[in-house]
Amino acid sequence: MDAILAQLLNGLDKGGAYALIALGLTLVFGTLGVVNFAHGALFMLGAFCAVTFRQLITLETVTVDPTQLSAWGAPLEIRTPLAQTWFGDFGAVLVEYSVPFSILFAIPVMLVIGIAMERGIIKHFYKRPHAEQILVTFGLAIVLQEIVKAVFGPNPISQPMPTALRGAADIGVWIGLAPGAVSYPLWRLVYFLFSAGIIAAVFAFLRFTTFGMVVRAGMADRETVGLLGINIGRRFTIMFGLAAVVAGLAGVMYTPLVPPNYHMGMDFLVLSFVVVVVGGMGSLPGAVAAGFLLGILQSFASMNEIKQLIPGIDQIIIYLTAVVILLVRPRGLLGRRGMMES
Amino acid sequence: MTLITKGLSRRSVIKTGLAGIIATGVAPTIFTRGAYAQEFCNAPTGDTVTIGFNMPLTGAYADEGADEDRAYQLAVEHLNGGGDGGMIPTFSSKTLKGNGILGKKVVGVTGDDQTKADAARDSARRMIERDGAVMITGGSSSSVAIAVQGLCQEKGIIFMAALTHSNDTTGKDKRRYGFRHFFNAYQSGIALGPVLGEAYGKDRVAYHLTADYTWGWTQEESIKNATEALGWKTLAPVRTPVGAGDFSQYLTPVLNSGADVLILNHYGFDMVNSLTQAVQFGMRDKQANGKNFEIVVPLVSDLMAKGAGSAMQGIYGTSNWDWQLTDEASKAFTKSFGAKFGQPPSQAAHTSYVQTLLYADACERAGTFYPPEVIKALEGYEFDGLGNGPTLYRAEDHQCFKDVLVVQGKEKPANPFDLLQTVATASRESVTYDPAIFGGELGPDTAVAC
Repeated sequence: MDAILAQLLNGLDKGGAYALIALGLTLVFGTLGVVNFAHGALFMLGAFCAVTFRQLITLETVTVDPTQLSAWGAPLEIRTPLAQTWFGDFGAVLVEYSVPFSILFAIPVMLVIGIAMERGIIKHFYKRPHAEQILVTFGLAIVLQEIVKAVFGPNPISQPMPTALRGAADIGVWIGLAPGAVSYPLWRLVYFLFSAGIIAAVFAFLRFTTFGMVVRAGMADRETVGLLGINIGRRFTIMFGLAAVVAGLAGVMYTPLVPPNYHMGMDFLVLSFVVVVVGGMGSLPGAVAAGFLLGILQSFASMNEIKQLIPGIDQIIIYLTAVVILLVRPRGLLGRRGMMES
Repeated sequence: MTLITKGLSRRSVIKTGLAGIIATGVAPTIFTRGAYAQEFCNAPTGDTVTIGFNMPLTGAYADEGADEDRAYQLAVEHLNGGGDGGMIPTFSSKTLKGNGILGKKVVGVTGDDQTKADAARDSARRMIERDGAVMITGGSSSSVAIAVQGLCQEKGIIFMAALTHSNDTTGKDKRRYGFRHFFNAYQSGIALGPVLGEAYGKDRVAYHLTADYTWGWTQEESIKNATEALGWKTLAPVRTPVGAGDFSQYLTPVLNSGADVLILNHYGFDMVNSLTQAVQFGMRDKQANGKNFEIVVPLVSDLMAKGAGSAMQGIYGTSNWDWQLTDEASKAFTKSFGAKFGQPPSQAAHTSYVQTLLYADACERAGTFYPPEVIKALEGYEFDGLGNGPTLYRAEDHQCFKDVLVVQGKEKPANPFDLLQTVATASRESVTYDPAIFGGELGPDTAVAC
């Protein structure tokens, strides 16, 4: 029971990441009708916003002290972080909480990147076949990751989580189980709550604001909304920017869990497409539901009891589920009629 | 005159005589040396000799690859007479004079094996066919080492493996053209077992998370055998994909499995990720079966300890070499490497550097680049002064035998590179085993034309 509860938590935590990435992907597809293979790269760029932010605030002055020697006999280099020199205690807090603070840095950066990407390249492909859209966005993803590789190098760059959020929380005690029965890393809980918060905010934005209402109307019938004199194109551009921000924030908060490298977007890309397809192309609730479902299934499939029954199941469970769901419900879990069915 | 009239001309006497000299094997090498040049792949003809450095510059083990790259730069510099010579002055063999190899200047070509066996073979093939490399070295994965070693056997090119720890590399997959200086998983098990028994007792339940390829499997088996000999129990091991990144789904079941020791058969970034994530799961502070929960990483390096940071503190493992060793050779290498790159070398850098020097020395001792002769010079070679004490390159399986270090993550590092401390040394005799236990055939040493 404890083991199942812990695995469920793990599934929710993994599912949070999948759902966040898939949400942006399906949002772009639902609004602009573009299959955006560069979406994984946006997740990666978000993670590198956190890396850049930390590098900026930990810039150091290096002075060489010839009177002291390092352990291998070279003159000792003394490093002092500039943030601490300039801001004192606040500088130290900034360094300590660099990942949460980078959210503030990532939002405008990702918004600009998203809008630039849409206006610069993707808008020219709206009326082209999906295959061409996939090719151009996939090419864009490769270009972006090569740029990141050239600037930051090929190796992962670890981002420390705040000391207060290291270690695990004894969840079992909260729900009346024995101490130590179910414990889970604090940062992963934070990530789950964060993704749930972002998903709720996106839904609330679309549901309760006039802007969101127009966007939803445009998703249902773009032509009619256009005929009403509303510049739906501009709103959709903003939605692309929003999708980029959502993917970027998923990347920022993911950095303390797995150190980011230039390739992390590609690792998530295929997965998030499967999530979108399972959830139903263009369906926001579908993407979220499928994200959590696949996260939980993947987590359970990694348990030894299951792996002993079916070896290698942890590697294929996501794709197996996709096959089964598409056979049973060809439009995905919550897919709309008419989407990709011209 | 009488002889000549009986039908023996001057020409026939010389012909018969020369044939006899050559046939009885007493020909001066001046005749045969030149002949080799036509008989083996990539025989150096100009005034340079090309070596292929094939290492992971991307992928899960890229940190090791980057350090190997540095070590090779240093080795080339020292072989060509640059810098302070590093370990050349401390090396027991005195054939290396700083004038390249056999008087030819050493040049290196570099390739990225991407930590993947197929990419590594492609890269090695390019170096052999396009760049004319006479020897290939490098790598940080046993699946890569085994793949490249197989290719090198076909091509008749010597492969001096760098970081590869699977028993199979010099066991069932050994090749005549492949040589390994690094130690192996079996030796890790022998060295680590007694230390674990003393530190954690005889009554333990171990849970293995294992990288799903040759190295992981053989390390899991070796450590399982060593710990079960102590009286430990082993739960069913869990295999994890290389480069998984997030290991949380494999770590979550550990907490409620009834195990009180987690053994991470992971390397490189995988180990950094799995270890830091295990610590995030509270495994260092956990109690299980009335004991402190412990984590063991059977193969560790400075680079991994640096990546894992404080998560590594107090954790036991084994190493091939450590930059803080106090012998003259280790000090000389660390000084030379530190001065050039601003950081001490890792065990990956050390083994890469040593392998390059050993190849160069073998060519010098053989007096030729002709691979069968170089192989003979390396087989059964006993040497010292390269940082591991007296070492033997065993002829039967091309495995080096030397002391193995048992290390522990330092609780209070004195500087950012002071990460591991040596807590025990398993003697060369104790880690020597019968080559027959791992089977395999070395195969022929026949030279192959390109």
